[in-house]
Amino acid sequence: MSVLVYAESPKGKFKKTSLEVVYYGHLAAKAMNTDCIALVLGSTSDAAVLGKYGASKVIHVTDDSLDNFDAQTHSTAITKVAENVGANLVVFGFTANGKALTGRVGVKMNASILSGVSSVPNLENGFVLRKSVFSGKANAHYNLKKENKVISLMGNSFQIEELGSSAEVETMTLDLPTAKTVVKELKTVEGTVPLPEAELVVSAGRGMKGPENWGIIEELARTLGATTACSRPVADTGWRPHHEHVGQTGVAIRPNLYIAAGISGAIQHLAGVNKSKVIVVINKDPEAPFFKAADYGICADLFDVVPRLNEALKKFKQNN
Amino acid sequence: MTYICVKFNQEKMEILVCISKTPETTAKIAFTDGGKNFDTQGVQFIMNPYDEWYALVRAIELKEQLGGKVTVINVGDAASDIVIRKALAIGADEAVRVDVNPQSAIYTAKQIAEYVKSNSFDAVFLGKETIDYNGAEVGAMVSEYLDLPYFSFASNIETDGLKSRITRDVEGGVEISEVEGRFVLSAAKGLAEQRIPNMKGIMMAKRKPLNVIPAVGEDDSLEIISYDLPEGKSGVKMIDPENMDELVRLLHEESKVI
Repeated sequence: MSVLVYAESPKGKFKKTSLEVVYYGHLAAKAMNTDCIALVLGSTSDAAVLGKYGASKVIHVTDDSLDNFDAQTHSTAITKVAENVGANLVVFGFTANGKALTGRVGVKMNASILSGVSSVPNLENGFVLRKSVFSGKANAHYNLKKENKVISLMGNSFQIEELGSSAEVETMTLDLPTAKTVVKELKTVEGTVPLPEAELVVSAGRGMKGPENWGIIEELARTLGATTACSRPVADTGWRPHHEHVGQTGVAIRPNLYIAAGISGAIQHLAGVNKSKVIVVINKDPEAPFFKAADYGICADLFDVVPRLNEALKKFKQNN
Repeated sequence: MTYICVKFNQEKMEILVCISKTPETTAKIAFTDGGKNFDTQGVQFIMNPYDEWYALVRAIELKEQLGGKVTVINVGDAASDIVIRKALAIGADEAVRVDVNPQSAIYTAKQIAEYVKSNSFDAVFLGKETIDYNGAEVGAMVSEYLDLPYFSFASNIETDGLKSRITRDVEGGVEISEVEGRFVLSAAKGLAEQRIPNMKGIMMAKRKPLNVIPAVGEDDSLEIISYDLPEGKSGVKMIDPENMDELVRLLHEESKVI
């Protein structure tokens, strides 16, 4: 019995979500009185670093073919390792690739499967985990009844702590099927944190009146080191790119801080942002429904407030 | 020979689209029996938007382009018939409903996979996730049961029915892949534009076949113990627009997010 966590390393680097998954695996293993083993697939420079976040051992499958993502090949590799180490809990991140793998590995292992969990297993009465349902409007508590369990962890659910030092790394090669899919291109934005992983987000909506006014939002984001986002109407009219759209049909985010300027807060928008730890709403309409979901509100013209907030933040950054 | 083979595949594409019934996006979520059950009273149900707007419409577009057939499948009780008829009105050719109220994604996936095994399809499409349980799991499970390649969160697909080029959304960008032959795809925004059924479609939908079949296997992997509502915000603190230093102070000292 052990816990196996899959630490994604796109382009050879661990993402913050990968470290969260390892740390969560450590917490789950502690609750289950067993060890947390981390798994790395493909080229990675420093697999041992996962020890710092709670892995008692790292298994590194070094086959080059694993550098390109193929759900069939990757899920086969992960299942083989899980069998090898006798894992009965396998943990993924609730990421694009994690979502493609959780179900596959779960079926292979004849497991109970639960995606997007946000709690450590409660073993008092079975194997109970919490996850957010109805697009953040409720939580459900599930009992996972099969002996094997395959789950994925909702991002930003746990604050990572550094625990130990480097872990022992065991390299391994596996007999894997040839991938049926050929990855032609992986195009990702460099330099900014992608929205699903962002801790700080500055977002704006129709109140901006036009795409030419976005300079103040970008400046505020730059000062904060935040990622920019927008509401659905703004993406639909082409003022901003689609990948910035947060909400029910766009990206769901859960940053520590979400600043929304000129967004009224329709229920579909809230469904994508209601897991943010702190919400600041800037809107000149005192009736804007978003104020009800906010921690801090500023009822004024965003064209006055946003630059002023930017100046205040710059001053703060200089002194801290 | 090669020519004939390619031509054959270009001529038609049979696609199975999985559709789910979900509460509409503005539905008030409440529970009965001390948090044991979801309170469906007064809740309007709709076709899951990712299934309808993107997966179903793109499948219909490909059928219009290449020929073939679009079949929709739903795993659910008779209450699902209303969303199935809507899918037929939008342009699906026929429908099948597996008559069971599933408690887990894996049981749903099992039903879909069994149906695909006994009825050949070139591709299986479904939405990237349902807006009720948000698991994004069924597609991966179906592809595993069928041992097929899987493209999650697809925002573009071009295909001649034999070779397909698919763009997937990944964190901070996209991944473009190619595949030959059958596959499973989950649809994200951008894959197609929403279509509204017209009167002719609605009339025709009434005459299209909707086959009801029994479920197979046991639904024994998960149980929901209880639901609860997340803690609401304790109330908004309004800040003087002239005093942004105060907001920065609160973000730093009170909520500690900067």
